[in-house]
Parts: sequence; structure tokens; C-alpha cells
Amino acid sequence: MRIKILVRLKSQILEPQGKAIEQSLNSLGFKEFSNIRQGKLIELDLPDNMSKEEKEQKIDSACKKLLVNDIIEEYEVLG
Amino acid sequence: MSFKSAVITFPGSNCDRDALCYLKDLTKGEVHNIWHEETSLPKVDLVILPGGFSFGDYLRSGAMASKSKIIDEVVKHANDNRYLLGICNGFQILTEIGLLEGALIRNKKLKFLGKNCFIKKKFKNNFNLSIKDNQVLQIPVAHNEGNFYCDTETLNLLKNNEQIAFEYCKGEFSNTGENINGSIEAIAGITNKKKNVLGMMPHPERAYSDFHQSQDGRLIIESLIS
Repeated sequence: MRIKILVRLKSQILEPQGKAIEQSLNSLGFKEFSNIRQGKLIELDLPDNMSKEEKEQKIDSACKKLLVNDIIEEYEVLG
Repeated sequence: MSFKSAVITFPGSNCDRDALCYLKDLTKGEVHNIWHEETSLPKVDLVILPGGFSFGDYLRSGAMASKSKIIDEVVKHANDNRYLLGICNGFQILTEIGLLEGALIRNKKLKFLGKNCFIKKKFKNNFNLSIKDNQVLQIPVAHNEGNFYCDTETLNLLKNNEQIAFEYCKGEFSNTGENINGSIEAIAGITNKKKNVLGMMPHPERAYSDFHQSQDGRLIIESLIS
């Protein structure tokens, strides 16, 4: 089972990469694009026979222990 | 009693040798170099987590290093009230371990900063005892993620407990702004509540020898030894 975890900086944290991307896109003519923020996507496999509860618990634990720094980041499991 | 110290090396550390020389030259005592996979730490007065790009800065700066085998021993060392100093990537590792508050995020202007910077002490602790109030130190920085962030509640705690050790300031011949990387309140270094753990972005181990531009970095070790 493929798992996708979206990790992004909390909205109140400055994200200068998004700002740079926005400036670049604007200069390429994409003037309508604003408030760009860049995050990261972590993909991983978990065994198909794992229960939903166990899966959620494992992902949550991995995010808290390593994948996400909850001082500055938040995460969401996609799909 | 001679001052004993140790430097931890992670894959990707690149200031470990500088830190070892810094300690050997200034403490004149025993200095150990410890690989991150070790599970024991000699009883020393000071441990340095050096600068560099541990684990390639993958995931987040300092994230993987903070889970290394040696870290349990480093935490025990700190809990024993002995000194722990994290420089640059070492500071990032200390926040990832949770020994220090806050986090270090991308520099505000997205630039890797490799230059001399100027700092002064904010609140007194054993790492800055030999530094006078308002004395401006010239010490190099070399970082991409040195922008110190914490929430307002944490910032108030840091102030009330006098945990802010160093802040960026203007130097005499500096065209660098007062806050080079966008850190909250221009914070350059903080301690834990007990003030035996210090994390700082500037590199004192690059400012101690005759061949360095500045020797102000000596003051940190001199403070600890005095």
C-alpha cells in the first residue's frame, strides 16, 4: 500500500522558497499566481494486510518521531 | 584538574576537526573525538556537536543526527549538568533533540550566509562570563538555515528565564545588517533553562587562532574554564 504524506511549514512560518518561486513565475508572465508555498511529499510503502488503525498509528508515530517537526511543520496523509 | 572535552562526528560533519583543534589549543586538556554510532561517551566537562551538514541536511537540518545512537549519551551528559555546545548544525541538532527550544528555518533572504558576523551577549551564563556587556564579537557564520524561530509563548519563556545568550548586532566596519538571517529578535544563540547547554549559529572555532581574522571565539572556552 502506497502512502503519501504531505509535510508543510505552518502557515505563520515564513517560507522564502515559495516567495522566490512566486517572483520567478510572476516574471515569466504568471501574474495571477500568488501566495506560493513549497512543501514536501514523502511516499512510502506499508504492507497491504495492515489494519487501518495500525497504519494510522504507525504513520502518526513516524511523523512525530522523525518526519515532521511540529514546532514549524504540519502534515496530512493524502488519499 | 584539567578540562576534558569531546567532539561528536556525524556523517557530513565538516567542522569537527576545527572544533577538536579549538579545544586542544584552548583547554590544553584531553580531547576525544566520538563517532555518532558509539554508545558510550567518556566523562568529560564539555561536549561539542560541530557544524556541517550531518546526513546531508536531508529531511531537515539536524533531524537524522538527533536520532543517532550517541544522542542518548549526549542527553545524559547534559542531564548531569555538564556543558554541551552545539555550533551551527550542532545548534540545529540540539533543537531537533528538544534540548533547546524553537527551530532553525531557512534564512529570510534565501542566501547561504558565509561571512563574518557580529554578536554580543544578551543574558549572562557560564559560556559568556568572560565577555563584557556590549562587547561586540566578530565571529564567522556559514549557514543556510539559521533563522531562529519560536512562538511568542516560547520567546517570552526564553526572555523570562534569561536563556538568550547571544544576539546579532552591528559591527564597527560592518555593512551587514543587525539581523543577518531574520531570526526572531536577532537571536544568535540560546541556552536551556539550566544554562549548561548552548546552541549558537556563529562558529567560535573559526575565530581563535593567529591565522584567523578574529580571536573572539576564544572567549567561550575561556568563560567555561574560568
